[in-house]
Amino acid sequence: MLRRYLERFNWLDFILLMFRVVILVAIAIGIFNSVRAAKYTDNQWATLVFAGLAQGSIYALIAMGYTLVYGILLMINFAHGEIYMAGALTVVFIAHIFNDSGFLNAQPLLAILIMIVIAAAVSTILNVVVERLAYKPLRGAPRLVPLITAIGASFALQYTFRGLYGAQYRAYPEVKALRELVTVFGYKVPLVQLVVPASALVLMLGLYFFVERTKMGKAMRSVSEDKDVARLMGINIDRVIVITFALGGALAGAAGVFNGLFRPQGINFYMGFFPGLKAFTAAVLGGIGNIAGAMVGGVFLGLLESLGPNLILEGLGIPSVNQLKDALSFTMLVLILIFRPQGIFGERLAEKKA
Amino acid sequence: MAMLELNDVHAYYGNIHALKGISIDVSEGEIVTLIGANGAGKTTTLKTISGLLRPRQGEVSFEGEELTEFPAHEIVYKGIAMVPEGRGIFSKLTVVENLEMGAYSRSDKDGISSDLDRVFTLFPRLQERRRQVAGTLSGGEQQMLATARALMARPRLLLMDEPSMGLAPVLVESVFETIQEIKDEGTTILLVEQNAHMALQVADRGYVLQTGEIVLKDSAQGLRDNAEVQKAYLGMQ
Ligand SMILES: Nc1ncnc2c1ncn2[C@@H]1O[C@H](COP(=O)(O)OP(=O)(O)O)[C@@H](O)[C@H]1O
Ligand SMILES: [Mg+2]
Repeated sequence: MLRRYLERFNWLDFILLMFRVVILVAIAIGIFNSVRAAKYTDNQWATLVFAGLAQGSIYALIAMGYTLVYGILLMINFAHGEIYMAGALTVVFIAHIFNDSGFLNAQPLLAILIMIVIAAAVSTILNVVVERLAYKPLRGAPRLVPLITAIGASFALQYTFRGLYGAQYRAYPEVKALRELVTVFGYKVPLVQLVVPASALVLMLGLYFFVERTKMGKAMRSVSEDKDVARLMGINIDRVIVITFALGGALAGAAGVFNGLFRPQGINFYMGFFPGLKAFTAAVLGGIGNIAGAMVGGVFLGLLESLGPNLILEGLGIPSVNQLKDALSFTMLVLILIFRPQGIFGERLAEKKA
Repeated sequence: MAMLELNDVHAYYGNIHALKGISIDVSEGEIVTLIGANGAGKTTTLKTISGLLRPRQGEVSFEGEELTEFPAHEIVYKGIAMVPEGRGIFSKLTVVENLEMGAYSRSDKDGISSDLDRVFTLFPRLQERRRQVAGTLSGGEQQMLATARALMARPRLLLMDEPSMGLAPVLVESVFETIQEIKDEGTTILLVEQNAHMALQVADRGYVLQTGEIVLKDSAQGLRDNAEVQKAYLGMQ
């Protein structure tokens, strides 16, 4: 009995198991200490929760683009963060025009809608152009090739936009109506932290409805299962691919505006890099290729970044926790890839066949 | 003039010469069967018709139109549907969604819904499971679904690649009954089979394919009586 157990004993499995236990214990201790220290009020925690939801829903919107494209082409479009940047950075100028003319604060709803439409249009067109120029010629090439091309496309886009708009940081103008405090469940939160998750949810439900119910959505799901059989049905794969990139682009553009409303600072050509990686993390977390999974993954990551530093890290006695948000996200990515590469709902990255 | 004509078709996979100049014709209203051992090139032949594989040489014409110019997704619009090898159902889609994809090439809503009724009459089991995800169907039901899905395109020519593969003998019987019914409703069928015994019972004519070449062509009766065919494909001594 013991001998058989020892024969099967594998040091790697053992180390991974210990690693898991250590992480879970650390998280538990961190939360326990933070809660016992009672350093923050309930309202402060609530603020963090709502900020996390807003940030998370922005990640989720960007994550849709990764997960849709992966579902169809089994390819990680690493330029997707730049597609988000393109919409966000272009519309910062529109936002200032609207602000200077007084339109933004006189008619915030209409102004923001127009900004979203423009950002979505810019990101959609750019995503489709990148697909046509950079990825389409490589269809059928080994999977590493389009991946490397995507990284190249990412840099090309960053420096194109740097050339267009310069390298300086810009900021979205303030929309006064969105800064007002509203009371939810007895907590006061800025309106923007409700508007952003709610609008993102509407867009993602729209996408979900499109993919589940419409003829084109069903065609997308068919292509994702079996391209040859889909062609026998009369489905033009190329068209499905274009529509997939267009949808991902549109949601990324919208996310760019939501980000500008929620966190107005830090708008420049490099702004897509980290959100892109985090949205990718969210997509992997939810099981890449899975729309609902990416939604949950994005929100989870937003909450982890928002609450994690104060709730987990501070309780462990780690200094200046608020600078460790990014570290927390990327630790998360590494941990999923080690322990659960198929994500919460999905299949394993490597096992699905092309 | 024949409905479908393959003339001296050569097809390759890289350097593998899979079809070495085959010529086949199918006339309207017929069931024509293509029999041959594993690897003979039966699936490849169907792929050159449906556009999934472009022949390097030779012609494929349907109702007088040359097909080799068209991409695969346009072939179904010409009136040709296929039941692929291994069924190729969309396992994550529901039964009804699979059937809707079969009708992807059409936009006549009324016609589609009457054809949905028609395939449900042909396969009542599918109607019972219409909301079920197709991956959860049994093998026999998946075959029904693949056939029903192809019929939803309302094809004039139906290509079937080994519909009896992997099914229990009772189910094999019912597959061939269905094929007969589809023919009786006026659809022309090109049937690829390893089960030559059953195929030659429903077919009007047949071709025997061997390593990428047609070695025999005759009426179904003629092939059943042929000593070579009996020995190699019907398991008789
Ligand atoms: N995708 C492919 N790549 C390379 N060779 C193939 C491929 N598909 C089939 N072949 C080869 O082509 C020949 C004919 O195959 P196929 O048409 O599938 O035969 P059948 O359907 O009669 O069993 C076989 O030798 C097979 O190995
Ligand atoms: Mg075959």
